[in-house]
Amino acid sequence: MAEVTEVSRAVEVPDAVFVERSRLVEGVRAYGLIVAMWLRSTMAYRASFAMTAFGNFAATGFDFVAILLMFAHVDELGGYTLPEIALLYGASGTAFGLADLVLGSMDRLGRRVRDGTLDTLLVRPVPVLAQVAADRFALRRLGRITQGLLVLGYGLAVLDIAWTPLKVVMIPLMLLSGAAIFGAVFVGGAAFQFFAQDAAEVQNSFTYGGNTLLQYPPTVFAKDLVRGVTFVVPLAFVNWLPTLYVLGREYPLGLPEWVAFLPPVVAGVCWGLAGAAWRAGLRSYRSTGN
Amino acid sequence: MATGTGFIELDGVEKVFEVRRRTGFLRSERREVRAVDGIGFRVERGEMVGYIGPNGAGKSTTIKMLTGILTPSGGRLRVAGIDPSRERTRLAHRIGVVFGQRTTLWWDLPLRDSYRLVHRMYRVPDARFRENLERCVELLDLGALLDVPVRQLSLGQRMRGDIAAALLHDPEVLYLDEPTIGLDVVSKAKVRGFLRDLNAERGTTVLLTTHDLTDIEQLCRRVMVIDHGRLMYDGALAGLHEVGESERTLVVDLERELPPIRLESEPSVRTVKVEGPRQWLAFPASGSAAPLVARIAAEYPLVDLSVREPDIEAVIAKMYASAEAR
Ligand SMILES: Nc1ncnc2c1ncn2[C@@H]1O[C@H](COP(=O)(O)OP(=O)(O)O)[C@@H](O)[C@H]1O
Ligand SMILES: [Mg+2]
Repeated sequence: MAEVTEVSRAVEVPDAVFVERSRLVEGVRAYGLIVAMWLRSTMAYRASFAMTAFGNFAATGFDFVAILLMFAHVDELGGYTLPEIALLYGASGTAFGLADLVLGSMDRLGRRVRDGTLDTLLVRPVPVLAQVAADRFALRRLGRITQGLLVLGYGLAVLDIAWTPLKVVMIPLMLLSGAAIFGAVFVGGAAFQFFAQDAAEVQNSFTYGGNTLLQYPPTVFAKDLVRGVTFVVPLAFVNWLPTLYVLGREYPLGLPEWVAFLPPVVAGVCWGLAGAAWRAGLRSYRSTGN
Repeated sequence: MATGTGFIELDGVEKVFEVRRRTGFLRSERREVRAVDGIGFRVERGEMVGYIGPNGAGKSTTIKMLTGILTPSGGRLRVAGIDPSRERTRLAHRIGVVFGQRTTLWWDLPLRDSYRLVHRMYRVPDARFRENLERCVELLDLGALLDVPVRQLSLGQRMRGDIAAALLHDPEVLYLDEPTIGLDVVSKAKVRGFLRDLNAERGTTVLLTTHDLTDIEQLCRRVMVIDHGRLMYDGALAGLHEVGESERTLVVDLERELPPIRLESEPSVRTVKVEGPRQWLAFPASGSAAPLVARIAAEYPLVDLSVREPDIEAVIAKMYASAEAR
């Protein structure tokens, strides 16, 4: 009896792995197809695209203008200078912008669950996550990324950083891992909307709210909040810890120096959790009566 | 009908929804809705079956289980040998689905873009796609609509667009949930004609839900009646009228107001309603209207008349009544 189970497990495992991978490939392919279609249709109205992209750029820029105005009266904020805050701000803004570009449509899931239109995505032969994420892909969200990169560039240019190879690698590593962490929050938040269909606001408070929080240095916040952002919803790994490493400054909560290199690991764990939550949510979906 | 292995097989399939109703502040009451309550049937390849019943009978819930959208609470269900809810995406390549109440097309994009996306998503070979699209465009009269955003289409146009989208990947079975609801007469006729040809020429298995008996009369030799989640009848349409002992209605307009029509030669005919010169006569649906019309024309000053088919609610009500009497 024991032998039989051993054999069947040996057969099953590679198969399961194969299926997982091909679903990922299928999902990315479907995402690309749907995005391409939305791009084609957006590009049919070039002028309107230019306007909305600029609007997105300007609207997100007001955040930084607010910080500039603050620095007209003070020289430091929580012990940080303007270029240092620009670095924090730019890193968070760019990472968030990337996640928002790729997965920003996820917050519409609750409505689809409530009105039952998710049904129509379930009858197609591609992963539902890819279809929800790609729906109404909005290239205008590039505005936020552009703005984030500009502020980041300003900080890097003005600051006198003692560059090492590790610090150079840290910058792109931080932006990509940060985008992945925010992305996992988008997916996890959407999964939560399977159970609470009006939870888009909760999700927004973690994504948009988190982004705003990360624009300021950890020293301006209460310890408990910093603890929560480090250990519960690990947004601190998006930009705080990597940026402090680049700046050579002290970490909050007396964390050791190597935690600055954890963002890829944290992103992986977050995606594992978000994926599990998504699957549980999808399983619980029960459509609507008409 | 229930022998052998069918293309679609259901055995004691159930779907129970737990609904919570608020009864007060922070208090709610749980209740079970047995939307589908132990249904079993088989559909062979190439059949065209009508699945009818009043609102809330469990038709849509059945379709959603057949497509894998919903997981059954109990029983066994197979489509083309596949368990739909466990292998939903694999099954999706082999089925087409049309929801009368909501579109599977991309709302803000032209019809053409939706079709292009279906082409790539289902990996339909180019030549096959072109051929299928041309056929659908011609038969469903979509030529002028291809560049119109879906949200600007009328209900009938959108429904035709949806049917085409569901067929571009050559599905082996097509499910339609209320495909004619809210359509005008012309669109209804076009849709029905198309489905009849599809089934006859391509051998596509079709399962359609409706509460319009005319759909069934014009399309399906076999009909299943469902009510309160249970299968009440499975057989030929003619048999349904017999089982339900249903009645058709003859509406006659006379020259002037007269006492209720009474025909000595037709004892099974009852006058059920009189409104001025217009009278309503009920007669068995299994009988022919012609001799009746001839008699009335001979004995009364007849101006105009029309025949109304029994509606599904009436048929089912009769079905219950006869089951209780037995
Ligand atoms: N997602 C759902 N949640 C709760 N109840 C539902 C749901 N879907 C259907 N029902 C209930 O199940 C019953 C059958 O519904 P349905 O299958 O939509 O009927 P039909 O399509 O025949 O009109 C109805 O009482 C309906 O209210
Ligand atoms: Mg229905």
